Amino acid sequence: MATTNAFARTYTQLQSITKATVSLRAQGVSNDELASVAGRLAQVVKIKGDIVTLQVFSGTEGIPTDAEVRFFGEAPSLKVSDELAGRFFNAYGDPIDGGPAVEGEKRFIGGPSVNPYKRQQPSQLIPTGIAGIDLNNTLVSGQKIPFFADPDQPYNQVMAQVALRADVDKIILGGMGLTNDDYLYFKQVFESAGALNKIISFVNTTDQPPVERLLIPDMVLTAAEYFAVDKNEKVLVLLTDMTLYADALCIVSNRMDQIPSKDSMPGSLYSDLAKIYEKAVQLPDGGSITIIAVTTLNDGDITHAIPDNTGYITEGQLFLRQDTDTGKVIIDPFRSLSRLKQLVIGKQTREDHSQVMNTAVRLYADAANAKTKLENGFDLSDYDQRCLEYAKEYSTRLLAIDVNIPIDQMLDTGWELFGKYFSKSETGIKQALIEKYWKD
Amino acid sequence: MKTCGVVTGIISNLVTIKFEGHVAENEICYVDLNGVKLMAEIIKVNGDSAFAQVYESTRGLRQGDKVVFDDHMLEATLGPGLLSSSYDGLQNNLATMEDVFLKRGEYTAPLDHDKLWDFTPIAKPGDKVEAASWLGEVKEGWLPHKIMVPFSFKGTYTVKSVAAAGQYKIDDTMAVLTDAKGAEVKVTMVQKWPVKVAIGGYKEKPRPYRIMQTGVRTIDTLNPIAEGGTGFIPGPFGCGKTVLQHAIAKQGDAEVIVMAACGERANEVVEIFKEFPELIDPNTGRKLIERTTIICNTSNMPVAAREASVYTAMTICEYYRAMGLKVLLLADSTSRWAQALREMSNRMEELPGADAFPVDLSSIISSFYARAGIVRLNNGATGSVTFIGTVSPAGGNLKEPVTESTKKAARCFYALNQGRADSKRYPAVDPVDSYSKYLEYPEIQEYLDDKVHKGWVEDVLRAKNYIRRGKEMAEQINILGDDGVPISYHESYWKSELIDFVILQQDAFDSIDAMCPMERQEFMLSLVLKFCDAKFDFEGFEECSKFFKELINTFRQLNYSEWKSEQFNNYLGQINNILENGNN
Repeated sequence: MATTNAFARTYTQLQSITKATVSLRAQGVSNDELASVAGRLAQVVKIKGDIVTLQVFSGTEGIPTDAEVRFFGEAPSLKVSDELAGRFFNAYGDPIDGGPAVEGEKRFIGGPSVNPYKRQQPSQLIPTGIAGIDLNNTLVSGQKIPFFADPDQPYNQVMAQVALRADVDKIILGGMGLTNDDYLYFKQVFESAGALNKIISFVNTTDQPPVERLLIPDMVLTAAEYFAVDKNEKVLVLLTDMTLYADALCIVSNRMDQIPSKDSMPGSLYSDLAKIYEKAVQLPDGGSITIIAVTTLNDGDITHAIPDNTGYITEGQLFLRQDTDTGKVIIDPFRSLSRLKQLVIGKQTREDHSQVMNTAVRLYADAANAKTKLENGFDLSDYDQRCLEYAKEYSTRLLAIDVNIPIDQMLDTGWELFGKYFSKSETGIKQALIEKYWKD
Repeated sequence: MKTCGVVTGIISNLVTIKFEGHVAENEICYVDLNGVKLMAEIIKVNGDSAFAQVYESTRGLRQGDKVVFDDHMLEATLGPGLLSSSYDGLQNNLATMEDVFLKRGEYTAPLDHDKLWDFTPIAKPGDKVEAASWLGEVKEGWLPHKIMVPFSFKGTYTVKSVAAAGQYKIDDTMAVLTDAKGAEVKVTMVQKWPVKVAIGGYKEKPRPYRIMQTGVRTIDTLNPIAEGGTGFIPGPFGCGKTVLQHAIAKQGDAEVIVMAACGERANEVVEIFKEFPELIDPNTGRKLIERTTIICNTSNMPVAAREASVYTAMTICEYYRAMGLKVLLLADSTSRWAQALREMSNRMEELPGADAFPVDLSSIISSFYARAGIVRLNNGATGSVTFIGTVSPAGGNLKEPVTESTKKAARCFYALNQGRADSKRYPAVDPVDSYSKYLEYPEIQEYLDDKVHKGWVEDVLRAKNYIRRGKEMAEQINILGDDGVPISYHESYWKSELIDFVILQQDAFDSIDAMCPMERQEFMLSLVLKFCDAKFDFEGFEECSKFFKELINTFRQLNYSEWKSEQFNNYLGQINNILENGNN
């Protein structure tokens, strides 16, 4: 990010300081423009008369009232070129891998959105080998979908796995509040997969100031748009962890005395998150941006404002859950959803996909009911017993995240389980499909 | 001389403007950002300061930037060519924008000014006319599009001349009228109307008295919506709001459909862009896009325009209603619109109401819903706007301000239930919590007696009762165990499951099951009720559940079969056989 400007205007008298913002009297300032406050990067967030409020990304600790404030006259930007590939950057777009600064065209981050009329319908299946995804919640290029996971679940590992198996040209990682260990994990996984040349990372770790995170998604997506729009490439964007991003939004709005809405989040949370996720797109010339994100939950609570707003924006969610019956981490078929799966199911996959998927889940729901009965101390019917047995096998062989098989094999496994535990009429599948695929 | 001002403050998309002269509430102004004109609307005035919401990103805007006020409110442009068009919330034509990215300050004309339309006159010289009177019509595709006296005209006019039949452009003079004082006014095919004001020009607005069919059984059979009625669909994410709305848009028995994508996902709108030009309208056999206008202000587009989008959509609907047409408005989602209001209210530092929404939220919502309705026009024809909105309640909790306010305004309530969605019982409309007030209207009951069959409403209420009883029984069985209750409890439970699987559940992605015409709905409900009314004699609960599971399976195959096809009759024969022999 450019930090020098010969015409920068300089001020030295702050009016007020909060933990995240400073205010001062200044003239001719433009909205969203960058400035430096005592050498720290800041951005204009409010202008009221001649009082200008700046959000200081790295926090205001130790900033004196006579701090030097220099305005740069323009919004945050990133230099884009093919040189980005294989590099690691901080939230400001400066290299953190010891390499040279990237040369290229300067693009302002957080730019305009794609005209919806120019978008193409997402239509390309992204196989991952994980049946909880491919069978039940198929991913499509141009989609945006988060993992909903508790902090103790291996979401970063699953995401890295999905990214490396996906057939894409570039993978761009946006790490927000990553622990240093996870940062090193990603670095090591990408390196050992030999895929480093197609990976770009923008990382803010937990030992860096939280407000800096606010820049990460826009940096990542500016780079993604360069490759997808200018180069017609298929780009996969990974954002982890969006909950920590929202927390940073919350800090800033709180310091600006905004009235909080649900769960002390800013009232604009929906728009703020939508601005990021809606960058996922299938472009007319073949390029695409697919976003896989992570939203960590507090003890599985999806009614909290962050997962709740996210769910309304994204095209589904992948819900990670520990299955206590099998000890596996599974992709919960009830709470997970891929809204775009209908675009590829039965079209790029076998004709029986939709019915196998729905029937398997419905029987799994029957098993859940049977389990409740059991817990309440009632006798189980023969059907209940079979459901429970089926559920265990379904969970281990299809729902668990350590599964890695092609989609046809997932469907065959489904039929195998139906035939093993149920009669044809109990499945309620269309007769024509039963005749073709049923396994006794 | 237009009023001018300068920018004195900026917080996100709220700007404060110091002005000289006079401005009006909701007046449009343009903020000059280095030559790019950004459209904004005044939402509050205080002394010589006006607060305006900018319909664009305000990045780069400075103190002292010039503002010019435009002396009118946000207006929709109305004329032939609205159908099949795709607009943003401010009615900019999205299809004629060249860039892949939306450009700030790029405003495109809503209508094609060069296209020729086939005009046929209706009015004759000497006719007395008033606002909304029909002067002539053009063929907009298949639809007779009336050219009307502009809604803003007051009083009575005399027709001096009307253009002869022939081809004209929208800006040509189609008629000359003289007012009471003898002054002449020219009328073209286009007129403008402020979107936040309801279009009048009709004689009366009676209570809705007929049903609007959607092809969705859980709506048409259980909780029908009236033509000119209002309904809303609240539900947590992932419960199938959008799929249900799209089904209604595809199958709804209306002549014009306006879909307002208000702060929702762009990919969902793309689906409409791509599918509607291909799909066939089951009612007319024409392409769906020919009867559809799309207003698309997706979630990443500017927040203020999101609020405008629902009004723009409603204005277009009222325009077609004045032509005596049956119009359906679908808005997804009104919660996003309410959130846009909240963001602005917050930036203006107003005292917040519940959940930080503005205190007048409830009245804003109800006056919007009130714009729907069936109307009798001055010339005796009827036109209608039926409105169905979706609501996205935070955390899926229906006790939140938008749902509660909407519940007061809308007459049909289609509650989507998370539990049903989890077990893939789609559409996940809760049969017990949902309601249609129209079922209580005597005129609707009469209409259904006549159009479906005598006593239909009683049948529907009976079915609802079976569902309710089944739900109670299920609770008992859960508490007391399969063995702890009489067999009759199981029977009641399974009868409700039969209604659930056969009537309530519907496969929106199956080419046959997706659309169920009223005739077929009547047939299916009557058949299912025969089983519900029948007495069975089961030995044990396992026999009961086995019997019904097989029955349900056969019924499902029936739903998947083409109406009255050989396959259909085959399954029907099996079902009738079971009905005759009971469980023996």
